[in-house]
Amino acid sequence: MIKRASALLVALALVAQPALADVTLLNVSYDVMRDFYKDYNPVFAKYYEAKFKDKVTIQQSHGGSSKQARSVIDGLEADVVTMNQSLDIDAIVDKGKQVNAGWEKKLPNEASPFSSLQVLIVRKGNPKAIRDWNDLVKPGVQIIVPNPKTSGNGRYTYLAAWGYAAKLPGGNDAKARDFVTALFKNVPVLDSGGRAATTTFMQRQIGDVLITFENEAEMIAREFGRGGFEVVYPSISIDADLPVAVVDKVVDKKGTRKAAEEYLKYLWSPEGQTVAAQNYLRPRDAGVAAKFAKQFPAVKLFTVADFGGWAKAQKTHFDDGGIYDQIAAKVAGK
Amino acid sequence: MAFKQHSVLPGFGLSLGYTLLYLSIIVLLPLTALVVKSSDLTWTAFWAAVADPRVVATYKVTFGASAIAATLNLFAGLLLAWVLVRYPFPGKRLIDALVDLPFALPTAVAGIALATLYAPNGWLGQYLDPLGIKVAFTPLGIVVALTFVTLPFVVRTVQPVLEDLEHELEEAAASLGATRWQIFWKVILPMLLPALLTGFALAFARAVGEYGSVIFIAGNMPFVSEITPLMIISKLEQYDYLGATAIAVVMLVVSFALLFIINGLQWWSAKRLGRRK
Repeated sequence: MIKRASALLVALALVAQPALADVTLLNVSYDVMRDFYKDYNPVFAKYYEAKFKDKVTIQQSHGGSSKQARSVIDGLEADVVTMNQSLDIDAIVDKGKQVNAGWEKKLPNEASPFSSLQVLIVRKGNPKAIRDWNDLVKPGVQIIVPNPKTSGNGRYTYLAAWGYAAKLPGGNDAKARDFVTALFKNVPVLDSGGRAATTTFMQRQIGDVLITFENEAEMIAREFGRGGFEVVYPSISIDADLPVAVVDKVVDKKGTRKAAEEYLKYLWSPEGQTVAAQNYLRPRDAGVAAKFAKQFPAVKLFTVADFGGWAKAQKTHFDDGGIYDQIAAKVAGK
Repeated sequence: MAFKQHSVLPGFGLSLGYTLLYLSIIVLLPLTALVVKSSDLTWTAFWAAVADPRVVATYKVTFGASAIAATLNLFAGLLLAWVLVRYPFPGKRLIDALVDLPFALPTAVAGIALATLYAPNGWLGQYLDPLGIKVAFTPLGIVVALTFVTLPFVVRTVQPVLEDLEHELEEAAASLGATRWQIFWKVILPMLLPALLTGFALAFARAVGEYGSVIFIAGNMPFVSEITPLMIISKLEQYDYLGATAIAVVMLVVSFALLFIINGLQWWSAKRLGRRK
């Protein structure tokens, strides 16, 4: 019975669309991108089919950014990777050799089609009067941040706080270090990832401030309603660029290079950028950005390049024995 | 002791060969791979990875909390098994099935449920918090999570032994003038001891490796409530595969040593009862 039915289906397919090939792409991405790609994939599939007369199906895999990169290194056959820090794609270049070096030059904006930034999320009415980074180190303010050791989101927060203190008039690295130490003294819980931190803050009602990506704030609004929190934009924050790359080794093996490259390129199209803006990711396209200007307050930004790039920042601050570890030990009174 | 066993049924050679092959493929091979991978490290690097003060603090948390959880379940498990075996009561089947629930739940689900329950605004947390008892996001929370996850082990190892205990023994003891306490202490407990130890060992070993249920309730504060598996994860985040395997090897060695000791104890207590030839 099943055989007969499938034979019939095959026959029908042959009759109906003689020239349609079917490409399947696997996009290995990180946690919070789930909602964006859910919206983007059908838009892209429609465009691709219209342009190339080929059907394209996109499968998604989500998890913590570095964990996902490790899966690719260990052999998960991703056609494209979409991560929250270039370090994760560089690791695939170095350790797995599945992505060719120079990937960040193949697409505009260092291969990052949109960006986000760290914002402060406070309880309704802002009872602790949090306006900027310096309000976070006051005694009695509890801050929820994901663990910088296990989460890109947490690493961005750490660098944002560091940059704020270093760039103040009279600021320097020593002052920045003291500031970040004071900030982590006010952190009661270190969740392993951004989503877990959101749960701690919103569901368990722990802490006065949650520091996370701007687009996560929108997710919180959709999930928990807009009545329970406010978003505070600090005076200065870090530009979290969210890079994408084609996994050369896999697409060459599977013969999916064209589709994979189109998939990423289309992220920069007005359509792709609009879907991004609808998901509260800051678009690169000036036209789209103008259209959504109300949604994205202007904030002074610095980038990870100010820390000498991700590789250097990771080594100095986040690797074992780095500055963050020393700060953590100091906070624990060791 | 002769190596060749003479029993009524043949097939010792075949079954032993099969046992060893199966164990090798399922257990020894992955563990060997782990040890071999860590052997790429120099001793200095290995030592630096496993003796870092922060990592050492996690050993204390992990092995300490596991020992406490396994001990709590040793007593609670014995009591549960006792009630389930010795007394008929309505809903017994249901209670019996409930015992296995922590087994069946995905650990992350258990962790999230417990964190929700014990958070300061949770059902239980709201009453404990004013008393100054903080469970969620403290080492106490880790003990709670591990106790929950390892509950079935002691119950399920003790239950069948308790069911098989002959009532005649207790009756004989009673007729010889033993008090109830003496019967329990001198007759029943020695019989249960090997099973209790097995249950304890299983619970402990499981607790040491537990990640999912703990991570949501621990709070993960450095030097206070970080567990060793989290250190492995954070090494992996830095693509430090070798450092991660080094810590994993330490956990493996410690767990194996402890299991070995407990197995020895069990062997000894069983022998004392003349169960083994």
